[in-house]
Parts: sequence; C-alpha cells; structure tokens
Amino acid sequence: MKDLVYAVNDAAVIAWRNVIRIRRVPDLLVFVLISPIMFVLLFAFVFGNSIDIPGGSYREFLIAGIFAQTVVFGASFTGAGLAEDIQKGIINRFRALPMSRSALLVGRTLSDVVYNVLSLLVMALTGLLVGWGISSSALDAATGFALLLLFAYAFSWVMAYVGLLVPSVEVINNASFIVTMPLTFVANTFVPAENLPPLLRTFALWNPVSAVTQATRELFGNIPPGTPPPEAWPLQNPVLYTLLWVGLLIAVFAPLAVRRYRSSVDKR
Amino acid sequence: MPNLVEASGLVKRYREVTALDGLDLAVAEGTVLGLLGPNGAGKTTAVSILATLLTPDAGSARVAGIDVVARPQEVRRHIGLSGQFAALDEHLTGFENLFMVGRLYHLGRPRARDRAVELLELFELTEAGGRPVKTYSGGMRRRLDLAGALVAAPPVLFLDEPTTGLDPYSRRQLWEVIRGMVGDGTTVLLTTQYLEEADRLADRILVIDHGRAIAEGAPDELKSRIGAERIEVTVTDAAVLEEARQLLARFAVGEQQADARSRSLITPIAGGMPVLTAALQELQRAGIAVRDIGLRRPTLDDVFLTLTGHVSAPEENDE
Ligand SMILES: Nc1ncnc2c1ncn2[C@@H]1O[C@H](COP(=O)(O)OP(=O)(O)OP(=O)(O)O)[C@@H](O)[C@H]1O
Ligand SMILES: [Mg+2]
Repeated sequence: MKDLVYAVNDAAVIAWRNVIRIRRVPDLLVFVLISPIMFVLLFAFVFGNSIDIPGGSYREFLIAGIFAQTVVFGASFTGAGLAEDIQKGIINRFRALPMSRSALLVGRTLSDVVYNVLSLLVMALTGLLVGWGISSSALDAATGFALLLLFAYAFSWVMAYVGLLVPSVEVINNASFIVTMPLTFVANTFVPAENLPPLLRTFALWNPVSAVTQATRELFGNIPPGTPPPEAWPLQNPVLYTLLWVGLLIAVFAPLAVRRYRSSVDKR
Repeated sequence: MPNLVEASGLVKRYREVTALDGLDLAVAEGTVLGLLGPNGAGKTTAVSILATLLTPDAGSARVAGIDVVARPQEVRRHIGLSGQFAALDEHLTGFENLFMVGRLYHLGRPRARDRAVELLELFELTEAGGRPVKTYSGGMRRRLDLAGALVAAPPVLFLDEPTTGLDPYSRRQLWEVIRGMVGDGTTVLLTTQYLEEADRLADRILVIDHGRAIAEGAPDELKSRIGAERIEVTVTDAAVLEEARQLLARFAVGEQQADARSRSLITPIAGGMPVLTAALQELQRAGIAVRDIGLRRPTLDDVFLTLTGHVSAPEENDE
C-alpha cells in the first residue's frame, strides 16, 4: 500500500518536472503543434476535392482521421523523451534515489498527454477554419476527445517500450515511424476502409486506429446520414473495440516497458 | 563503532578490463574514508556499487547494515550520492532540481521546499536558484549536485571527486560543510585527486590501484610509512647544483634527487632542524646562493607517488 502511494507520488513528481520542461523548451512545442496544423491544411486543400465521400464532405470525414493519426504519431515523443531521460546525466541521480522504478515511465506517459491536449486543440481550431464542424452534443464531442486521449495514452506505452529498445534518440524517430506509418495509413483515416484492396482492407477493418477514427467520427456527428453501417464488428462497435485495445496495450506494454527499464537501468 | 559501509571481495569486470579486483573496505560510523587512486583505479566503480548504481560480479557490500545487491531500494533511503559527473536536470532551476530530489526522497512538500531553500543558501546558490541549470557555470553545477546529495540529510554520503572544478574558496566551503555533517554523525566515503583534501577531511585513507587496495591507514600513518623528512633546496644558479649536492651528501640518509630545470635538490635526512641549520651553514660557507631552503615532511602526494608509481592530478594552484 505504501509502495503504491509512493509510486503515485513519484510519477506525479516526474510528470510535474516534464511539464516544466515543456514550458522551458518551447521550440519543441512549436513543432509539435505546427505539424498537425499542416496536416489539416494539406489534406483539406490537396485531397479535399479529389476524394469523394458519398453524401458528405471529405474535409468533414478527414478531420477525425488526422486527429487519430496525430495522437498516434505524438506517442513517439514518449519514446524520445524517455530515451533522452535515460541517456542524460540526470538518470544517475534518479537511479540512486529511493523512487519507484516505474515513476519515470508513468510520469512521462502522463505528461505527454499535455502535448496531445494541445495538439488536439490547435487541430480542432484549424479544422473549424477549413469547414469542419461538430454536429453532436457537447457530451458526445467531449467523449470523442477523451477517447482520442485515452487511446493516445495507451499507445504511448507502446512507444515507451520501443524507445527503451532503441539505443538513441536519433534512431527512435525512425523506429517509431515503422510502427506508426502502417497503423495510421492502412486504416480508415484518409479513405473509407471499404475502398482499400482486400488484404489491406482486412487489416484496416481490424486496426484499432480505424476504430478510434470511426468512434470519433460518430461522436462528432461527422458521418453523413444515409451512410451504410460498417461491415466489420470492430467498426460497428468502435468505442468498445477501442477501449479493449486501450486495456490490452496498457496491460501488455506497461509491464514490458517497466521490465525493460529496470533491466537497462538497474542492472549494469 | 559499527561500520556503516562495508565491502568485501568486490569484483567488477568490463570485457577486457577488471575495474575492481577483490576490493575490501570499511567506513566506521561518523568517520570519513578517503579513497585515493590514479585514474582508472576503480574509485568510481567502487562508489557506484556501494550507491546501488552497479551490481558487482562478485563480493558483497552493506551500507547502513543493508545488503546493496539484495535490497538496493532500502539502501537508497539511507544514502546521498554526488557522482563524478553532475546529475542534474538542465531545464529545471536549481530550486526545482533540489525540490524534485526532496520529493523523490518522499519528503513532504513543505519539507522539500525548506530543504531546497536551506541548501541553496548553504552552497551560496540562492541568487541563481531561480535560473535553469543550463545557465550555471561548472562550479555552480558541481555545488548544486552536492546539495542534491544532502537533501534528505542521509546518514551515509558518497562523494565522488566532490571538489573537482571548484575554486579554492568553494572547496574550503565544502570542506566546512562536510566537517559539519560528520560532526553531526554522518558517515562519508569520498574519492579525490586532491591529496590535501584527503589530508584535511579523511580519518582514514584507502589507496587503490588496478581495482585492489594497496595501502590503508590514517593520513599520518601513511606518511610516516613511506619515509623520512627531507631538505629541499633551490639554488639561484643551476651551475652550482652539483656542488650543492656533493656538499649535502654527507647529511643524506637515502638517495638525493637533483633537478636542473627547477634548480632544486632533495636530500632525505634524519634529525630535523639542527641538520637543516648545519646544511644551510655548509652551503653559505661554500658561497652558494640559496634561493629557498626548507625541511619538508612527506605529503600524501609522496605517499601516492611512492605507492602507485603514477603521477596524480595536476598540482593545485590555489595555495
Ligand atoms: N562502462 C564501462 N565499460 C568499460 N570499462 C569501464 C566502464 N566503466 C569503467 N571502466 C573501466 O574500469 C576501470 C575503472 O574505472 P573507474 O571509473 O572506476 O576509475 P576511477 O578510479 O574512478 O578513475 P578516475 O580517477 O579517472 O575517475 C577503468 O579502466 C575504466 O576504463
Ligand atoms: Mg572516477
């Protein structure tokens, strides 16, 4: 019990420290926020008129996909931040302190939620400017954002683990691309999953990123009336399916990451 | 007095290097052990094992009575570490660094805040305390790192080259701080390249080389163990150095050393001041102009050089 209290305290301290660092290194934040804005604008104006969404507008369709992609990409910051923590001198201070061994990881995944909140905020504003809108209740909309953040949180544990497997900050960005690119493109993010060739289609239908996107679209009221219901179970129950993945990712990757962290940091 | 730090048979190997080769050491409660040794002797490795940063390949160690390998997390509650290289968060301010460390030692918020303020004061960093560490000078970082080791006022302190990079003033300040803590019962293991520092602070000294202990004792014991007092003469003209050497040869109890570049001559003697006076008269009678003459007792530098056959860190210029 006492250990749990300490674990929570220590993670909170680390998260506090990380948030201070976000404020002190605003350059990083600027880049974190500029790329989603660019994505929204590029997709809206480059593909906006060339992809047909029956009964609706592509921009309306697109935004939820970009939200999902951005928060998944954002998870790579978790890996990079963790790798930096472990390579910088401060790690030797942490290692000699009686702090909980999971604190650096839990604190990092928690503080990275700040990035996602901010990037969702600027994307939503940009989206509104290019003609996207929410046509559901405030509660549904809030649920949509919460689901995105929750999925992003779970996914940041995947990237935390990847970050710990990889020896340097430079390699991490490339390593995370290998994971995030297929997940975010072979999905219903930019085109309806039904339009993909057979093999990719199956992947896309079961891809959790598709489910988050679908759920967000539904919760924002971005699905045009008259759209036929999705064929696959995951997309018929996108919120449930997303939550299942959230649970699975955390249950698998949090212990893996903590184990990996201990063995790379404690046993030298 | 019980030993608060105790290690026996520590071995640590890195591929082809054996960093520690069966090291034993003990530090009694409330005393200071100075760990000396040339570069690469294994000092940092030993400190890292005792501070739970490294696991030894063989041997065992206890800190505050707790096994460092079996129960590292408990050991961490009883120690403060300032490593050879400052372990600080560059983007946090000095205050925030100390506050964070305090919170991670599980001090309550107010206590962590008070400690941070106190320690900034103690290390004269109060003014800089609100600035990110990346704006600090090397010596300021060093001091902040030392402050980090003291946050929880732990009963055992490990300080790896604590004063390297500090100016003479800060060094003396730190000695005061350490003496104060030892006075309050803290046990300290410190490594240093400055033998004067070991002389001033350490109750006992352990000299290691190639990962093994080669001598142990109180500073004075070690000094007397390696030998005699000596007369050191500096002449004004290098040409008469050889003449001076021959004149003083009859006082020598060991091999004399002359160095033409510094125009100096070292003659080991026995008998102290009267011999020095006699030697000076001898030189004056021969009309040799003496620039400086003195009786010198062996220093820890001599102990170090004799024992290890290495040259220690660069001379301090702060005297
Ligand atoms: N991670 C490592 N990998 C390989 N060899 C290492 C490693 N760490 C230390 N060593 C080797 O172990 C030996 C002891 O190193 P250590 O850092 O303990 O020496 P030291 O006495 O602290 O030296 P210094 O006075 O230079 O700080 C050295 O030969 C060093 O090269
Ligand atoms: Mg060292």
